[in-house]
Amino acid sequence: MKGNEALAEAAMRAGCKCFFGYPITPQTELAAYMAKRMQKNGGVFLQAESEIAAINMVLGAASTGVRAMTSSSSPGISLKSEGISYIAGSDLPCVIINVERGGPGLGGIQPSQADYWQATKGLAHGDFHLLVYAPASVQEMVDMVVKAFDKADTYRMPAMILADGLLGQMMEPVVFPEIEQKAHDKSSWAANGHKGQREHHIINSLYLTPEELERTVVERFAKYDTIKQTETDAECYLTEDADIVVCAFGATARVVKSAVNEARDMGIKVGMFRPKTVWPFPVKELQEASKNATKLLSVEMSMGQMIDDIKLALNCSKPVEFFGRTGGVIPTPAEVLAKIKAMGGNE
Amino acid sequence: MAVVFERPKSLCDVPLHYCPGCTHGIVHRLVAEVMDEMGIEGDTVGVCPVGCSVMAYNYFGCDMIEAPHGRAPAVATGVKRSNPDKFVFTYQGDGDLAAIGTAETVHAATRGENIVVIFINNTIYGMTGGQMAPTTLPGQVTQTTPFGRNPELAGYPVRVSEMLSTLTGVALAQRVAVDSVPHIREAKKAIRKAFENQRDKKGFSIVEVLSTCPTNWGLTPLDALKRLREEMIPYYPLGVYKDSVAGGND
Amino acid sequence: MAKMTVRTERCKGCGLCADACPKKIVAINKEKRNKAGYFTAECIDDNACIGCAMCAMMCPDCCITVEK
Repeated sequence: MKGNEALAEAAMRAGCKCFFGYPITPQTELAAYMAKRMQKNGGVFLQAESEIAAINMVLGAASTGVRAMTSSSSPGISLKSEGISYIAGSDLPCVIINVERGGPGLGGIQPSQADYWQATKGLAHGDFHLLVYAPASVQEMVDMVVKAFDKADTYRMPAMILADGLLGQMMEPVVFPEIEQKAHDKSSWAANGHKGQREHHIINSLYLTPEELERTVVERFAKYDTIKQTETDAECYLTEDADIVVCAFGATARVVKSAVNEARDMGIKVGMFRPKTVWPFPVKELQEASKNATKLLSVEMSMGQMIDDIKLALNCSKPVEFFGRTGGVIPTPAEVLAKIKAMGGNE
Repeated sequence: MAVVFERPKSLCDVPLHYCPGCTHGIVHRLVAEVMDEMGIEGDTVGVCPVGCSVMAYNYFGCDMIEAPHGRAPAVATGVKRSNPDKFVFTYQGDGDLAAIGTAETVHAATRGENIVVIFINNTIYGMTGGQMAPTTLPGQVTQTTPFGRNPELAGYPVRVSEMLSTLTGVALAQRVAVDSVPHIREAKKAIRKAFENQRDKKGFSIVEVLSTCPTNWGLTPLDALKRLREEMIPYYPLGVYKDSVAGGND
Repeated sequence: MAKMTVRTERCKGCGLCADACPKKIVAINKEKRNKAGYFTAECIDDNACIGCAMCAMMCPDCCITVEK
């Protein structure tokens, strides 16, 4: 199944009732799949007039307590950023898919990971975070969409799948898991008509008293602290005895894994660390995975963004080098291997 | 003696933050009266704009959502599509609806989104202190048109009801005013009709309400009503621009 | 017999009610201010009130009740 279609199918199986989108390469198959299937499944598919409208339709649907989703690619996510800030500020759950392409500006339509900073640090105005999952296979896209809906509801916050054009367009076999629908009770806040049975609910992100706004933000950050403790996830591959730990997320990790295997065949002690959640960043997992390493390497499809989080996680205690291609160019295993060798990996 | 006029139940019993003589309060009351009369407060979700009426979520007794600037029709679309059995309305000013939110307004209208839009046209940005709105009249002095709006420089005002009346998806496009008791009665009838259209699944209904902004116009509340009558109504004629239920454009 | 009552703590003294009254018996009392500092509206001739509620219809703060 194609990555973009798997994302759509998984979302429907996860109980997504509303999809609002706007066409943009390379995520368009997702919307097309939704258009075909969503209504048959008793859900809502609507092509909005813009990415801005689409994310605000998500805001509206999520306000009433239904599971809602939108998808786009990099320039479209920039347009959605306003709405995402309001969604975060209103404590609404939803899922946003970013099938990244090269930037800045209109950039290109080939795969990229240059929205890492945007997704994990500065998506829009104000103090807030999203849960950000970084799949590396079509199967993982399926699993992570299911998880994203569940965690978004659990924490009442937006969750993002940070994929890239490579994964979106990739065909791989997938198994759709049996999904146990956890019942999230939204009756204490959802704005879906009070029927005269309760006080009116207000979905809002405006607080004109600074102390009141501060209190809501601080409460949200207390929730983020819990998430940082409990929701991190990472894959460690041959890191146990590794002298060099290569860090990569998403599709890049597949390239890195090939390079690591080749390096191991040559007797170089190298392993790979792959964050599956990029916010929260798996700090403890990285510290553990790199405890025997003397140096690290970050490989990204960008000019180097995740490398900042790696340095922070290790408190700059070990040298971290970088190799990346950008603009839609995919790094090759040979290039990564050459970099590993250049770093003088111990045999 | 029996009570012949009192505060509608769908209007929360809290003080309104609007300036003295601002007609927002009249329009709020009319919407609340319609909700009361139709008995739909418990089945209604309202969407507020950004602007002076941003805090209308504190005033309407139904469930409320505060939308980003201009996006209320998109938010309302999300609510309505996921809850087709609920009544959904937006309450928006002219900056919100006719400048930053033009795309959301036009597309919700052309989709025939089965919602009610209450549109407050007072020819100015009130909340930010009186800047030019898309509806500011030629010659009107605002903070950002200190020498009067010059159409050669700042373009012409948007006539929203006329513009939207050309769209097939629109069930009702009507312009009313709240400068006098007869006009207020007319305005209420229009709002009621808009909500009835939604009940009957007729599509998008917009009621444009000519309103005042005494503070930023620099007029007394009474002189503001006079300006509405003498300057706004000639430029923005009252009337039904489209009523697909009654049949065709009028 | 009719009566209009102003909830003075909510009145902002805008005077739209006074202007709307066909009997011209609603006025802003310039002697008394409410807590918010506004002069407030009142009926100056209870016997003349016809209970038409035009004052209440114009009131932007919804602070007038009319009985008849």
